[in-house]
Amino acid sequence: MMQSKQKAMTAALDNSLADAAVEGRSLWRDARVRFFRNKAAVLSLIVLALITLACIFGPMVLPHTYEDTDWDAMGIAPTLANTHWFGTDALGRDLLVRCLIGGRISLMVGALATIASVALGIVWGATAGFMGGKVDSLMMRIVDMMYAVPYLLIAILMVTLLGRDFYLVVLTITVFSWMDMARVVRGQTLAIKSKEYVEAAHAIGVSTPKIIFRHIVPNLLGIVVIYTTVTVPGVILTESVLSFLGLGVQEPMTSWGVLIQDGAGVMDASPWILLFPAGLLSVTLYCANYIGDGLRDALDPKDR
Amino acid sequence: MWSYTFRRVLATIPTLLAVITVCYLLLHLTPGGPFDGERKVSAAVLANLQAKYHLDLPLWQQYLYYIKSLLQGDLGASFRYADWSVNDLVGKALPVSAAIGGGAIVISLFIGVALGIVAALRQNSLIDYLVMLLGNIGGAFPSFVLGPVLVMVFAIGLEWLPAGGWDDFALRYMVLPMALLVFINISTIGRVMRGSMIEVLGSNFIRTARAKGLPMRTIVLRHALKPALMPVVSVIGPLAISSITAAVVTETVFGLPGLGKLIVNGAANRDYTLVLGLVVLVTVITVVLNLLVDLAYALLDPKIRY
Repeated sequence: MMQSKQKAMTAALDNSLADAAVEGRSLWRDARVRFFRNKAAVLSLIVLALITLACIFGPMVLPHTYEDTDWDAMGIAPTLANTHWFGTDALGRDLLVRCLIGGRISLMVGALATIASVALGIVWGATAGFMGGKVDSLMMRIVDMMYAVPYLLIAILMVTLLGRDFYLVVLTITVFSWMDMARVVRGQTLAIKSKEYVEAAHAIGVSTPKIIFRHIVPNLLGIVVIYTTVTVPGVILTESVLSFLGLGVQEPMTSWGVLIQDGAGVMDASPWILLFPAGLLSVTLYCANYIGDGLRDALDPKDR
Repeated sequence: MWSYTFRRVLATIPTLLAVITVCYLLLHLTPGGPFDGERKVSAAVLANLQAKYHLDLPLWQQYLYYIKSLLQGDLGASFRYADWSVNDLVGKALPVSAAIGGGAIVISLFIGVALGIVAALRQNSLIDYLVMLLGNIGGAFPSFVLGPVLVMVFAIGLEWLPAGGWDDFALRYMVLPMALLVFINISTIGRVMRGSMIEVLGSNFIRTARAKGLPMRTIVLRHALKPALMPVVSVIGPLAISSITAAVVTETVFGLPGLGKLIVNGAANRDYTLVLGLVVLVTVITVVLNLLVDLAYALLDPKIRY
């Protein structure tokens, strides 16, 4: 009796071991499972995807454009009666289309500035981490300096001097958003560089480029993904602040910050002009933050 | 301590120089000079003007002149506001920003710490969630959304307070801007305070104090508060700096004549010297305040070696 039970257990153990051997669980697979278990993060991902899709395709299918005045409906409240579901602004422009077009700009600035600052941060941090010594301390001094600078004011100065072109706004935001990534990547690079498996790879004669791409880069990816999601809301927020201050993209082109500024001016008479773009921006930022939290929980190797 | 202070002071110089130099170069890379106006100025007058402002010299000499006047505390003349020097404009704007920002940071310190303690003592209870929800309003919404909403509720809806403007430090006009800054600041202070208080309350010396039978009040106020405040000190510096010097959004929302409003107007009018002067000034203030916070931290925290 006892023996048969033990036998069964051994068999079960063998079976599960065999299963485990067949089904290797990579870090990324684990992370995916953990991420999709997080309801808030998944919901945020869906909402953010819907907002993005609406911003991309909405203006194509809706019957209005972002710059044309509807002379019969100026400054009307949201209504289901005609096609101005979000109402119109004081110039009779359809607010729904303007919100979506503004979302395009805000999300695009967010995406481009994030990609640029993440790339810069990785290159900067990885270089500093690999080189070490004098190069490292000089590069990190520059990062410290960037932190000490009142970035919003310098961003204002740059936009004033360089103009309010879309790509210059992206550049301005990028210049002040890459330092976190550089610090984190440098720290991680230093940590990985001294790990046993890298040493072992060196010892058995693996070439340096191969060590970098085979052992160091994959281990950087997790933390890069986490900090990228932290960067996105910050970048979108900075663009909105610049736009709100009248230093972003120019009329009739718009962004959420511009729309919020317009709305703040007329909120006693027509509060919806403020509330729709403000709501969209807040929801987007919220979603980005929750997705970031979800990814962090999913990818943080300390949190097994 | 003295050598640490000395090293920290020395380390600020390259930062300041780098910021000033980059901004100065940016300013001079842009096309157009200050006297390229609509009105044609005769060549002789132009030459005199350029000589007066050293614009006829090579760039590096102009730069040295600028540094020299900065060292004498002179930020130059404004391009747009005739008869005003940047110093005059700053002199009028700085007290406004300092009053609003300074007042707000003191209030948010008290409220934030109180909220953090309450939440930490009732960790994971309904009270904790409610308190943190209140504390997080400022963190969840961007300031330029929360500001107009405050105006909508308290100025337009309830008509308790003016929607904006400024009347020579009259308290009525200061309440809403300060409330906005307080909302923003307490979300950070409250969260940090809650976290550090929970950590401190779980440590051994608090358990000892409890074992001695001390009342909770004494434990919190006499034993736990001081160590729990250390992380708050480290966030209060940046918060104070941003409340005073970079309250750009707040001052725009409420139309306050402070530093932030000045720089936004300067940017809109392309008043280069004004914006450059303000950036230099704010950088100096920021760097000095950061330095003071670091030094205070080193003094307060026995664990920090220097």
